[in-house]
Amino acid sequence: MAGSTLASPSADPAAGAAVSQVSVSPGRETWRRFRRHRLAMASTVVLGLLVLGVIVGPWLWPVAINEIDFSAQLQGPSWSHPLGTDDLGQDILARMMYGGRISLAVGLAAMVVATIVGVLIGALAGMSRKYADPILMWVTDLFLSLPQLPLLLLIIYLFREQLKAIFGVEGGVFVLIVIVIGGLRWMPVARLVRAQFLSLREKEFVEAARAQGATKMRQMFRHILPNALGPVIVASTIEVSSAIIAESTLSFLGLGFPPDIPTWGRLLFDAKDQLDTAPHWALFPGAAIFLTVLSINFIGDGLRDALDPRRVI
Amino acid sequence: MATYLIRRLLIAIPSLLGISVILFTILALAPGDPFSEMATNPNVPPEVREALRASFGLNDPVMVRYLRWLSNMVQGDWGFSFASRINVDDLILQRLPTTLFVVGSSQILALCVALPVGIYAATRPYSVFDQIANTLAFVGFSLPTFFTGLLFILVFSVTLDWFPFVYRSDIAATGWRWYWEMFRQAIMPITVLGLFQAASYTRYVRSAVLDVIRLDYVTTARAKGLSEGRVTLRHITRNALIPVVTLVALQMPAVFGGALVTEQIFRVPGIGSLLIDAILANDTPVIMSVTFVFSCLVVFFNLIADILYGWLDPRISFS
Repeated sequence: MAGSTLASPSADPAAGAAVSQVSVSPGRETWRRFRRHRLAMASTVVLGLLVLGVIVGPWLWPVAINEIDFSAQLQGPSWSHPLGTDDLGQDILARMMYGGRISLAVGLAAMVVATIVGVLIGALAGMSRKYADPILMWVTDLFLSLPQLPLLLLIIYLFREQLKAIFGVEGGVFVLIVIVIGGLRWMPVARLVRAQFLSLREKEFVEAARAQGATKMRQMFRHILPNALGPVIVASTIEVSSAIIAESTLSFLGLGFPPDIPTWGRLLFDAKDQLDTAPHWALFPGAAIFLTVLSINFIGDGLRDALDPRRVI
Repeated sequence: MATYLIRRLLIAIPSLLGISVILFTILALAPGDPFSEMATNPNVPPEVREALRASFGLNDPVMVRYLRWLSNMVQGDWGFSFASRINVDDLILQRLPTTLFVVGSSQILALCVALPVGIYAATRPYSVFDQIANTLAFVGFSLPTFFTGLLFILVFSVTLDWFPFVYRSDIAATGWRWYWEMFRQAIMPITVLGLFQAASYTRYVRSAVLDVIRLDYVTTARAKGLSEGRVTLRHITRNALIPVVTLVALQMPAVFGGALVTEQIFRVPGIGSLLIDAILANDTPVIMSVTFVFSCLVVFFNLIADILYGWLDPRISFS
């Protein structure tokens, strides 16, 4: 190659060296790739606005969520009530901002539960070379074939009173819903983590760590897990949206949070009998659920593209 | 084929047993007991209650109670509904056909939408059609069934007044008129559930077709001079369907969850709305049995998927 004419500027060794000198951290590279997914970027903005709305909103719109006003029943959107009122004249905007906090908090907390359980079970199965792997995978498959919604309903029906006594009405239902949704949704994460562990544990860098005397725990959490995180992040992003849907479904069936806690699903449950006279009452919370879930799903899709090193963007 | 079938059946039994253990554990851990209603009732003296408990075996150890409960479930003795005053198995058998009809039709609808759209999108990847289909699929599975159900009622029942929004099992009509009324009232629940599933199936089909479309045997088929349609249908689709069958089977729990919600919205008298009614009426035997039936249905459809899988993929040995 020495002294020959270069076919193109990109084949110039000096230019190649110049490119490699610009060090790009993995985080920055991921962000660059994520930005290329236009829908994911738009979704990040939408989700950011929604989260900001439910966190800051109640200060900017300080209307009590349970202020009953019989002179303003079932009114459509107006200046005094931007999203209208319900059958007791309560302000829907204020109720939606309060309920949004709970819906989003349930989604995040259930995702954390599902991810922790999934990573632990997947890592144990992926590292085991004996009986633990087939047994844990059998349990995972068993949980995958459980009908989740009926089981959620059953557990909440049976345990609601007990937890109410321990954590109070709101806290009890919150803890119960988070644990049950998280506890029934860890399987995809566990399967992903196991698959990653099975391939990564045979790689040279793990062998090198083992040769240097790293304990099994250190190999798992310091060497293998960080390399397996990409798909786990994508899966747990999607978990947030499925947990939000699960919680809304429970509340929509009237079996989730009690009536005085207006989560988005609960607002829909209350609104569904007044669909002909006050459609706005159902449309706004429904649209909020839809927008949140859609933007989280798009963000997950963008992250999938950005975190997959094999995909060329 | 027969040995393959029997082997799959034998694999299904441990999962059913596992599910029954999970269900019974939940029930056994739960506070309160089926006789709490009688405990608050002053007309039932304590010694009668104790005798009843003993005769129902509620004071036995937990393993004995599990085995007795399991043998009762297997023998079809599912208890007595507190609310409806009939046997639970009769109640569920009355309701089950409606659920299977709605779920089955919606799955057929979902596949009728997802297969053509997914295959067409994958044969032209990143085209305008593909991008629109992909975006619509995202929208479709981000719209929860309870919201689409309400939207459908709002648009098609309240505004346009095309379809009734309450499903009635006792239509006062005969002959063709009966079929027409059944069709009219079933169309909204089936569409809501079918479109929701179609959205995720479209993505499965698309990625499965993309996986096989570049394989060498497809090039061979083209080189032989087969028409493009024949290559797509006979060579690509058949192979692409193999992973799709697995993914559809994995969706079964979500399908029945969606059916439960749709039944509740449109007042379809299936086992899903029976479950909700039973929960609101504290009817524990019905709740336990319906949950168990849902689990059995999921296992049963997984079994069907396994059999389909063996039929689609001759490499799976039947021996």
